[in-house]
Amino acid sequence: MTRLQRIRGPLLVNLALALIVLIWTVPIIGLLVSSFRDRLSIQTTGWWTIFPHRAYVASEQLDPRAEGLVVDEENRVIEIFGTRTTFDELRQGIEAGGRRVQWVGNWRIGKVEVQERQWVTNWKFSLDNYRQVLSGKEFVYTRADGTQETIPGDNMWSAIFNSIAVAVPSTIIPILIAAFAAYGFAWMKFPGRRPLFILVVALLVVPLQIALVPLLQFYRGLQLNGTYLAIWLAHTGFGLPLATYLLFNYISTLPREMLESAFIDGASHFTIFMKMILPLSVPALASFAIFQFLWVWNDYLCALIFLGGNKDMMVVTMRLANIVGDRGQDWHLLTAGAFVTMVLPLAVFFGLQRYFVRGMMAGSVKG
Amino acid sequence: MDYLLGAEERKASPLARLTAFILRLALAVLIPLIAFFVLYQGFLFLRAGNAPKGLITIVAIIWGVGGVAVLYWIFNWLVEMLPDQWVARLQPFVFIGPAMAILAWYLAVPTVRSFIISLFDRDGLGGAFVGLRNYIEVFKNRQMLEAFRNNILFWMGIATPLTVAFGLLAAVLADRSRWERIAKSLIFMPMAISFVGASVIWNFMYEVKPVDAPQIGLLNAVVTGLGGQPHAFTAWTAIAPFNNLFLVIIVLWLQAGYSMTLFSAALKGIPEEIMEAARVDGATEIQIFFKIMIPYIMPTIITVTTTIVIFTLKIFDVVWVMTGGQFGTEVIATQFYRTSFNARNVGLGSAIAIVLFVAVIPVMIYNLRQFREVEAF
Repeated sequence: MTRLQRIRGPLLVNLALALIVLIWTVPIIGLLVSSFRDRLSIQTTGWWTIFPHRAYVASEQLDPRAEGLVVDEENRVIEIFGTRTTFDELRQGIEAGGRRVQWVGNWRIGKVEVQERQWVTNWKFSLDNYRQVLSGKEFVYTRADGTQETIPGDNMWSAIFNSIAVAVPSTIIPILIAAFAAYGFAWMKFPGRRPLFILVVALLVVPLQIALVPLLQFYRGLQLNGTYLAIWLAHTGFGLPLATYLLFNYISTLPREMLESAFIDGASHFTIFMKMILPLSVPALASFAIFQFLWVWNDYLCALIFLGGNKDMMVVTMRLANIVGDRGQDWHLLTAGAFVTMVLPLAVFFGLQRYFVRGMMAGSVKG
Repeated sequence: MDYLLGAEERKASPLARLTAFILRLALAVLIPLIAFFVLYQGFLFLRAGNAPKGLITIVAIIWGVGGVAVLYWIFNWLVEMLPDQWVARLQPFVFIGPAMAILAWYLAVPTVRSFIISLFDRDGLGGAFVGLRNYIEVFKNRQMLEAFRNNILFWMGIATPLTVAFGLLAAVLADRSRWERIAKSLIFMPMAISFVGASVIWNFMYEVKPVDAPQIGLLNAVVTGLGGQPHAFTAWTAIAPFNNLFLVIIVLWLQAGYSMTLFSAALKGIPEEIMEAARVDGATEIQIFFKIMIPYIMPTIITVTTTIVIFTLKIFDVVWVMTGGQFGTEVIATQFYRTSFNARNVGLGSAIAIVLFVAVIPVMIYNLRQFREVEAF
C-alpha cells in the first residue's frame, strides 16, 4: 500500500459517511429551524437563508420624479443608471451596473429602490409558533395587506397529556402481564406449555389490521370506543406477543442454580418472581418498555380507530395529522407541531439509546 | 427440583384432571375479566367526575397499572392457600393465563372472526353470506390492483433492497470511521420519529411553490437552482407510478438506521483473524466484502429483509398522511382502512386484512421453524 492510499482510504470513508449523515440530518434540521421562524419568513424564503448568503439589500430609495428618472410619463418608461426600462420590468427588478433596482409601490407615488448585493442572514427567530400550536386559544394573524385572519389554536398541550395517558399504561400493563407469562414459560412446568408458546411465536407477525374490525365491533357493544381503556387494552394485546417472547428469551437464560437455592430456602414462585426475577430483568424490561413506549407514542392507526370519535382525546399524532389535513400550507404550525410530537421520543432516544437500540433490534418482527 | 417442575400430571385421577383443566381455564379468563371490569368501573367513575385532564391522566395511570398488579397478587394468594399439589397445578396459569387470554381475545379470535366476516357482505355478520365474492373483488378492484402493484413493486421490490443496501453501506462505512458512534446515532435518529412526523418533515422537503416564487422546499430549491422545473413530487402524476419513489425515500430515511444497527452488530461479530488472513493473502477490500462479510452476515441480512418486508407490507401512516393514496400511491393498508372505516364495507375490508395475513404466513412459518431449531423446549 502506498502512503497516498493509506491516507485516501479513510478520507473517502469519512467523506462518504459524512455525506450520508448530512442527508439524514438535514430534513430534521430544516424542520427545527423553520419551527422558530415566523409565518411570513417561512412562506417567502427557504429555511437555509438563515445561513450567510449573498442577496440584494435595499441601500437607498430614490424619488423617481424628483431625480428625473421618468422619461416618458405616458408609456411609463424610466431611465436609470443609463438603462432604459419600462415600469412593469422595473417592478420585477432589473440588474444594472452591479446593482439591482426595483420599483416599489404604484406608479403615482412609488419609489425606486436601489439594492446592493451583500452577505446577509435571515436571523429572526421567535417562539410564537410553539405558543400557537401548544395552546387551545385562537390566534389573530394580520396579513401583509392588513386584513385579519383567525386561526384556531391546536391545543397540543392537551394532546401531549392524552398521549402520555395513552402511552404509559399501554407500556406498563403489557410488560407486567408478559413478565408473569415469560416467567411461567421459563420456570414452570404445565400441560400445554409448548403449544401455547408456539402460539405466542406465531402471533408475533400477525398484522394488527386483522384485529381492528372485530375489536371495534366488540368495543362498540361495550360503548368503549373513544376511551383510554379501549386503546390501552388494544396496545396491550398487540404488544403482548413480542413482550412475552423477548422477556422469555431473557428470563430463561438467568442461571438456574439461583432459583433452585431460592426454592430450597422455601420461597414461592410469586416471591421469586417479584424479589429476584423482576429486579434481574430490568435491562430486558427497559428495552421492551422503551420500544413499546415509542411504538405507542408514534402510533397513528390504532389511535385513529379506537379514539377517533372523541375530539378531547386526540393524541399528538392525530393532532398533527389533522393540521396536515386542514392547514397543510401553514408551515409555521406544521413545523412547530411536528417538533412538539418529536421532542419526547428524541429525548428518550438520546437519553436511553443503548436500551432503545436493544429493544429495536429484538423487536424487529412486531406485527 | 420436583417442586420446580410441578406435579407429575399422569398420576392424577381423571376427575382431578378435569377439575384442574376447568380451574386453569377459569384462572386464565377470570383474571383479565375482573381486571377489565375493575378498570371499566374506574373509568366510568372518572368520566362521570369531570375531573381536570391532568388528574384523570394520573389517576388513570395508577388505576390501570396498579389494578392489574393487585389482581395478580390476589389470585396468587388464593391459589397458594390450596394444598401443594393444587398449587403446582394451578399456579402456572395464574402466571401465563391472563397473557394467553388476552392474546386469544385480541389476536387469535379476531383473526378467525375477520375471516368469517370476510365471507359476508358490507354489513359483516349481520348481512348476507357472499362466500368468496369479496376475495374476487379484492383481486379485481382497480384500486386494489394499484395497491398490490405498489406494495409488491415499489415497497417490496425497491424500498426493501434499498433500505438493506443503504443500511449495510452505512454500517460498513461507520465501522471504519473514527466517528462511528455519532454517525450511527444520527442515521438511527429518524427511527424515534413517528411516521406522521416524518411525513411532515418530508412534505416540507418536497414543498413546491409557483415557478416565479422562491422555493421553500429544499428539494425544489435544489432542482430550480440547477435550472429545472419545480414539481410537487409525491403528486407528480406525469411520472406516475414513479412518484411512489418519493414515498419510498421517506421510508428509506426512516428505516435505514434500523438495518444499519443490525448490520453493524453483525459486522462486529466477524473474527478479526479471518479478515487479517484474507488481507495477508492479498484480497482486495471489495473481495473481502463480497467473499467474507456478506456470507458471514447472511443470517442478519435475512432477518433485516424479512422485517422490512413485513413492515412495508403494512405501510400505512406515511402514505395516508402524504397523499391519502391519491396520485396512484394506494397501498393495501390504506385500501383496508378506506374500505373498512370510510366506506364501511366490513366484509370487503376484512377480506383485505386476510390477504395481508396470508402474505405474512410464510414469515410466520419461518419463525416457527427457527424457534424449533433454537429452543430446547
